[in-house]
Amino acid sequence: MSGRTSLPRALRGVWWVAGSCLALAGVAPVDARAQTPSVPAAVRQSEQERIEVMARAIRPTIAIFEPSGRGGGSGVVVTPDGYALTNFHVVQPCGPFMKCGMADGQIYDAVLVGLDPTGDVALIKLFGRDDFPAATLGDSDTVQVGDWCFAVGNPFLLATDLQPTVTYGIVSGVHRYQYPAGTILEYADCIQTDAAINPGNSGGPLFNAAGELIGINGRGSFEKRGRVNVGVGYAISINQIKNFWGNLRSGRIVDHATLGATVLTDERGRVVVSNVLATSDAYRRGLRFGDEIVAFGGRRITTANGFKNVLGTFPKGWRVPLSFLRAGQRYDAYVRLAGVHSEEELWRVVERPVAPRRPQPPQPPGPQPPDQPQPQQPKDEAEAPDGDVQFAEEVRRSYERRRGFANYYFNRLERDRVWQRFASDHTCPDWSGDWTIAAVAADSPVEIRWEGRYLTGRFPDGPARIDLESELGDQRHPLGSGGLLAALHLWRRLLVLGPDQFGQVIYWGDAPLVGRTGLYDVLVAYYDVVECHFYFDRDSGRLLAMEMFPDSMSDPCELYFDDYRSFRGRQLPGRIRVVHGDQRYADLELQEIRVSGLMDNSQ
Amino acid sequence: MARLSNPTALIAAGLALALATGLSAREPIDSHNSLADIIRGVQPKLVKIYGAGGLRGLEAYQSGFFISPEGHILTVWSYVLDTDVVLAVLHDGTRYQATLVGADPKLEIAVLKIDVQHADYFDLHSAVEPDVGSWVLAFSNIFGVATGDEMPSVLHGTVSAKTELQARRGAFTIPYQGPVLVLDAITNNPGAAGGALTDASGRFVGLLGKELRNDLTNTWINYAIPAGELTASVEAILAGRAPTSRGDSSTPRPASPMSLEELGLVLVPEVLPKTPPFIESVRPGSPAAEAGLAPDDLILFVNDHLVPSCAAVREELSYIDRIDPVRLTVQREQDLIEVTLRLP
Repeated sequence: MSGRTSLPRALRGVWWVAGSCLALAGVAPVDARAQTPSVPAAVRQSEQERIEVMARAIRPTIAIFEPSGRGGGSGVVVTPDGYALTNFHVVQPCGPFMKCGMADGQIYDAVLVGLDPTGDVALIKLFGRDDFPAATLGDSDTVQVGDWCFAVGNPFLLATDLQPTVTYGIVSGVHRYQYPAGTILEYADCIQTDAAINPGNSGGPLFNAAGELIGINGRGSFEKRGRVNVGVGYAISINQIKNFWGNLRSGRIVDHATLGATVLTDERGRVVVSNVLATSDAYRRGLRFGDEIVAFGGRRITTANGFKNVLGTFPKGWRVPLSFLRAGQRYDAYVRLAGVHSEEELWRVVERPVAPRRPQPPQPPGPQPPDQPQPQQPKDEAEAPDGDVQFAEEVRRSYERRRGFANYYFNRLERDRVWQRFASDHTCPDWSGDWTIAAVAADSPVEIRWEGRYLTGRFPDGPARIDLESELGDQRHPLGSGGLLAALHLWRRLLVLGPDQFGQVIYWGDAPLVGRTGLYDVLVAYYDVVECHFYFDRDSGRLLAMEMFPDSMSDPCELYFDDYRSFRGRQLPGRIRVVHGDQRYADLELQEIRVSGLMDNSQ
Repeated sequence: MARLSNPTALIAAGLALALATGLSAREPIDSHNSLADIIRGVQPKLVKIYGAGGLRGLEAYQSGFFISPEGHILTVWSYVLDTDVVLAVLHDGTRYQATLVGADPKLEIAVLKIDVQHADYFDLHSAVEPDVGSWVLAFSNIFGVATGDEMPSVLHGTVSAKTELQARRGAFTIPYQGPVLVLDAITNNPGAAGGALTDASGRFVGLLGKELRNDLTNTWINYAIPAGELTASVEAILAGRAPTSRGDSSTPRPASPMSLEELGLVLVPEVLPKTPPFIESVRPGSPAAEAGLAPDDLILFVNDHLVPSCAAVREELSYIDRIDPVRLTVQREQDLIEVTLRLP
């Protein structure tokens, strides 16, 4: 689109008015409309393209109304089955249910799915259609300052006829970092635009000139002019939201990440580590005080803000590449990111009672969400309870309250999706008897045998045994493996018992795997103090990796499953690579699995 | 803008003009990416400036831009510069301590200098004068959101009107009442003052001014001082003809110099080596009282020499013979007041 020389649609009217003015003044006594054809074809074509792009972009945009109708904001549908993005601070006053209006004139019921209170993002799901118009996601890393963009939404809650408002502008800045403004809310790596972002625009889409979704509007810089647009709005980048997508679908209250180290820009302009926690993965991977950070998460790091920008785009728990310099030597590592907040903290933020309100708030200094909710005032007795608003039964059934979750219903939904895909031929529900695994590691025989309460292993380095009725996290045998026997036991437990009987198993979201591209579904299983992460391939449904954390401060025992083939009619890995810390412990080539009590124990 | 009898008509006419000029050969239709390219070319000319301030409504940052390859920076004259250490941060994040070359209190502009050799700069002499309705881009350190090597913010808009400034800051009419470009974008926010306005091709057009309100309507205005109004003053500053610190102790001092006591002025106690020269009290009946000086006035210039501290005021007065008049420029709230004092 050639925005520089083409004029917005609205100005066509002005052209006519201007012509009229001139005609009245006797300067240009011609029929204004007769001049319209003098607009070159290229300009009219570009204008027509923009009109079409905007007409498309309006369709997935939603106006969100808090059930009592006293507050609201905007959002955008991103899947045909009705998943929509908005801001945390928009849905916070709504509770689990809300009403969403679309440009088709319909109002749809919606339920809360997942929350990212730190990133100010919420995922909701609309009901009533399986063919919702969905926005096309763009690539916000390719956005440049000067690109034309437009925001669609419900500024000042104007959309009483459900028709969204379009505001048009340019990208004013990219990779902006906005400090938390008195809340846990932090806008990292956001897009700055001069397209008008006003109260009520919060949660709505920012599109590029091609109509691709590049961000979710949520914040502006306001100051003495009052809480209305002053040409400085911020959108959460869509690439950050892509990283959090699986996390949000999990129905959890998701957390952002910390490296476990702080950095600052020193007097020579280098980004150096000013502090590193000895309990952090970064420390275990070798990061030390004074090291210079040169790259993080695939991006070159030149400032402390740049580092915080990258960090802010990753969910807790991801392993992210980090490169640093020490005495001229470069080190490259994958570092597992820890969470920023405790679950308790996040729960308190989410549960904080807030009153919906019209966007006419006071104006604290600094960048703020344009319509951030206020702490609730004591309720007027005469006021009608919010429960008067009706929601369909299907919507009500799609909400399950559980501590630590925005909506546990969706966690079960996603967990079951992953498990059912996997369980079709990879699980072993009938193999509850003791297993014996015969394998080869580095040309030497290995045997792993369950016998009642004990699990023994014969390895090239010697035998090892753990007591399955004692605390597994304390028995990290064989030495150097980080707890291979315990990990194998919990792997077998999941295959045999499934997530319902294993103990607590939740869907975490998705995460990358070192050495592979793409993202993988992650189930997290808890067994006493031991935490296991299971990584599943979305296409094949296969379990690709497992990490067993014996406690929160040690490197996990990592198992990578490969070469799936049939063992007694079940699809199981023919090879298990065992990794602990920075070391590969072993590659186990599985020869045979015997299960006691099975009718047919032949291969 | 009070001088426009029918601003709506003018703006509408301006937009019509935009249609006409926007399509002329002067501004050819570019491909979609060209605006990003143009902006990339301009941004290295911008400088983020950090200095005094920090309280609410007194942000400790503003904007500036290079006007010479040797590191001269044009910015606005403000309290931000009222400190020993003014920091200039370039587009690549490199930081320099800037020295004040000179200032023009009427235009409220200042020229700083940093020690660089090959800065990307705007040549004020090749600035363009936009028509009403022209597309413009505003580059500035708005709200201080761009730190380190982050690029300044860019806003787009059109020139809504060319008129003469009638504006005020707080309750006071500001000294500059010359021509300005009034913009339809909200360009004049905290930190934006001293930023650059360019045309759609990135050519220099004007300097973004401080935050001001329209004298009549009380609304915040968005404007830039056109290049043509700046050049003479900037040249004077660069030539050393404009007010600067004396910085030269070889000048002979009179035997009987002027003194604060005789003028009737008491400055605030000097708690710091560079205490700003605020007036603490004015002796009734003194020349200072007769000239209308008042407590809390900040002395900016003595005979057009910049006086950043109480000590500098005494130093300047020591060069003035008590039989000569002395001209003081003081800042009261946001207003500049010039008085001439003479001992009886």
